[in-house]
Amino acid sequence: MSKAKGKRVSKEAYAYTPGLKVKRATLVRKTRRLPIPGEVLVKEGDEVDFKTIIARTELAGEPEIVKVAILLGIEPEDVPRYMTKKVGDEVKEGEVIAHYRAFFGLIKRDVTAPVDGIIESISDITGQVVIRKPPVPLEVDAYIPGKVVKVLPNEGAVIETNAAFIQGIFGIGGETHGVIKMAVDSPDEELTADHISDDDKGAILVGGSLVTLDALRKGVEVGVSCIVAGGIRHRDLTEFMGEEIGVAITGHEEVGLTLIITEGFGKLRMSRRAFNLFKSFEGYRAAANGATQIRAGVMRPEVIIPHNEFYEEKSGDELAAGMVPGTPVRIIRAPYFGAIGRVHSLPIDLQQVETESYVRVLEVELEDGRIVTVPRANVEIIEE
Amino acid sequence: MARLRKPKEEMKYILATDVGSTTTKARFFERKPEGWRFVIAGEAPTTVEAPYEDVTLGVRNAVREVEELTGHKILAEDGSGIVVPFDGERGVDLYCTTSSAGGGLQMMVAGLIKTMTAESANRAALGAGAIVMDVIARDDGRPIYKKIQRIRSLRPDMILLAGGTDGGATTHVMEIVELIRAAEPKPRLGLGYKLPIVYAGNKDLRPQIKKALGDIFALTIVDNIRPVLEVENTEPARRAIHELFMEHVMSHAPGYLKLMKWTDVDIMPTPAGEGMAMQLIAKVFQKNVLGVGLGGATTNVYSVFEGKFVRSVSANLGMSYSICNVMKTAGIKNIMRWLPFDMDEEEVASRLMNKMIRPTTIPQTLDDLIVEHSVAREALRLGLEHHKTIATRLKGARVERDISDMFEQALAETYIDLMKIDIIAGTGGLLSHAPRRVQSMLILTDAFQPEGITWMFQDSVFMMPHLGVLSTVYPEAAWQIFDKDCLVRLGTVIAPRGVANKGDPVMTVEIEMPNGETLKEEMHFGEIKRIELPEREEAKVVISPRRGFDVGRGPGKRVEGKAMGGVVGILLDARGRPLQLPENDRERKETLLKWFLDIDMYPEDKLKELV
Repeated sequence: MSKAKGKRVSKEAYAYTPGLKVKRATLVRKTRRLPIPGEVLVKEGDEVDFKTIIARTELAGEPEIVKVAILLGIEPEDVPRYMTKKVGDEVKEGEVIAHYRAFFGLIKRDVTAPVDGIIESISDITGQVVIRKPPVPLEVDAYIPGKVVKVLPNEGAVIETNAAFIQGIFGIGGETHGVIKMAVDSPDEELTADHISDDDKGAILVGGSLVTLDALRKGVEVGVSCIVAGGIRHRDLTEFMGEEIGVAITGHEEVGLTLIITEGFGKLRMSRRAFNLFKSFEGYRAAANGATQIRAGVMRPEVIIPHNEFYEEKSGDELAAGMVPGTPVRIIRAPYFGAIGRVHSLPIDLQQVETESYVRVLEVELEDGRIVTVPRANVEIIEE
Repeated sequence: MARLRKPKEEMKYILATDVGSTTTKARFFERKPEGWRFVIAGEAPTTVEAPYEDVTLGVRNAVREVEELTGHKILAEDGSGIVVPFDGERGVDLYCTTSSAGGGLQMMVAGLIKTMTAESANRAALGAGAIVMDVIARDDGRPIYKKIQRIRSLRPDMILLAGGTDGGATTHVMEIVELIRAAEPKPRLGLGYKLPIVYAGNKDLRPQIKKALGDIFALTIVDNIRPVLEVENTEPARRAIHELFMEHVMSHAPGYLKLMKWTDVDIMPTPAGEGMAMQLIAKVFQKNVLGVGLGGATTNVYSVFEGKFVRSVSANLGMSYSICNVMKTAGIKNIMRWLPFDMDEEEVASRLMNKMIRPTTIPQTLDDLIVEHSVAREALRLGLEHHKTIATRLKGARVERDISDMFEQALAETYIDLMKIDIIAGTGGLLSHAPRRVQSMLILTDAFQPEGITWMFQDSVFMMPHLGVLSTVYPEAAWQIFDKDCLVRLGTVIAPRGVANKGDPVMTVEIEMPNGETLKEEMHFGEIKRIELPEREEAKVVISPRRGFDVGRGPGKRVEGKAMGGVVGILLDARGRPLQLPENDRERKETLLKWFLDIDMYPEDKLKELV
């Protein structure tokens, strides 16, 4: 702590909200894992591509419950007697599994298998028979091209690559890949339908401050893989998805493309660093994922652009480090939401803000030279 | 099981922690000459996720903060954990903890009939502090394949299975059993272990249940939750859930095996601790209590009504992570109806979406604060609505109706009657961080709409779960701390049931103040008034409602009662029950502004600037 102009200030303080990573070159490692044990198809040292299958397994088939007693009109305890198949038998759809005959054949009833599968159980209490459908194959691909650096027996593998790495704040839609293409000329510009043409099929399209609803729809129409932009309007997102977002756990939406928002909701200029980084990699193939999870185990959407031109910057993980005077920050709450500046000072004593709450604050020098006071909880460190 | 390492009367220091999903909160208590008191809080990020994957690190960091702030050493020098008991220089005499890290206790519940055994099982699981992922019943409206798909997609920590009264249904219960067996649900944690399942159904089926489920599940059999339709017996199931939570769930969570060794009392799910605290309030005051924990992700509502304890959890109604789900469920218009100023709908929605994606930010401006307070009212309102669907009369049971019931068209589904709720208690970040206490009092009042005479409480620093778990082994200490340092007495709301036209007379209230002075207040429809009555003081009140208004003894009937003083005092609320907000937009804003100004809710100048 030191004294400046009579007030107590910290030399360094931790940011409450971790900043988003925007890196020109970094070593990206992805663990690709099956949800249940299976067979790993790669070995350490293998080179893989986006689509290379890493591991494979089979998910137990769904059970189908057949109410045999009811269908035959008999008591549950009599079901085993009338079964023509036993536990463990394979059956084909339409095949007779139980057969009832009475009054010298005058009454005849059959129960057939509704699906292909194996008889798993025959109950004399409920009169139900369970047929297990064939297992469903399940595969996991590499998602990023690179080298297998570790094999996780029966589970998957860790893939490593040198890449540019850009995190967004919120996204929808799952893993995809495509060629980076700039749709606008500046980070302030809006991405509208007019910026999108048939040539953008399969691309990861980068916009500026806002992506509009018509742009999203055009993107789906021409087959864009992913759209990245600074902001989006709440009502446009709701219209596009067909429902409002309630909880920020995303990635499974099937809306025709993956969407990544880098700054937040509303019209917000994309950070220059992110925009310029995309620009410098225009034409490169990249992987993208909109999956976002804000609760425990925070997951942010990402674009990974593999390359071999530069290697990891020396700066290390500066975002995890503290804020000091001069650190570039973005204000992430009203009344200066979206404003970018540098830490001016870090007063120690709690200060009263307009709401009358006493909170820890910092002073930020905005780009226009104004010095404003904001709660420490309301800034994130950025790399500009 | 508790194993105290020192007789209670010799104890001097107690430490309690709550391992939350984001923060681990330590609370340090000391026996002073006047009794047990809260000394200091220490907090640190929870370390359940990678790269740490050991909750004890977060606990250690939170405790270290307590050490730094007090100078009292608690952690063992060799890093082995917390020193228990206090050895004269170091340690505490008792350590206990609650936990909701890594998603808390997540359960699937199944029963035969949706509104009978399945509902009872749901109440038992919720009461035990679980998040209920789904309730499966024979008549839940889903085809069998959908139920199977659902069970397969869930990864619960545990299943509670009920069905049939003793000596009742058998075949249909076994159908549910076969469904669960066929679906092969997998546990959330630890792929290699058997999923615990508690059977609390028809006792005649026990041998068949053992045969059908005993080999693939970790089966526990307890007394039937509905031995007869007229009785709901949730206690054995609740106890089994807590034991299995320790044995099967906690022991598979990162670092918990170590933490279990440190504690003197079984680790309890956080909401169960909070529930214990609410029950403690009801027990001490001998009154009906409605409690709420308004969190960032979830809203827990508790009721202790005529001795019956019920908890409901609205898993996706909260003030940060799930703030947009409040908007989605309530509708943005319902949020905006609480704003006394103009704000574009898109602007409100953007602010809430931005709060969701950056959940740790806090309001800096007054308009931002008022927007959050508006969301809080809706989250609480929806939370109570949900609670009423859980706190219901036993369906299927014969109900004895007296003459007065005959005049009502139908018996209400829920037994929660705000007129009979004597105490409302709130906890959670938004309420405890409200810059003025009157803000939390009005938010709770607007959302729950208490009727008659209602005492209002909130917690000072988040420690209800801590004191709840402590109360299971040392209730005297828990209550002393609770009373002196945790429960903030906000005051009393006096509100008659009924509506009238604006300005019509509603009630006359005579208040005998502690200094002997008697105040006589005439309240008109649409008014709210705040009267100072300090904490720990009481005033006798005589309420004479006008025709059509009821304060507990029927329309127009005079009621005498006691108002509890508090940091806010008495709120005389003649705004109607149900509370009436003008339909006309301009009138609505003017009304809200007047209410806020009348009770000194927000800084006056700033508020007027906004409007």
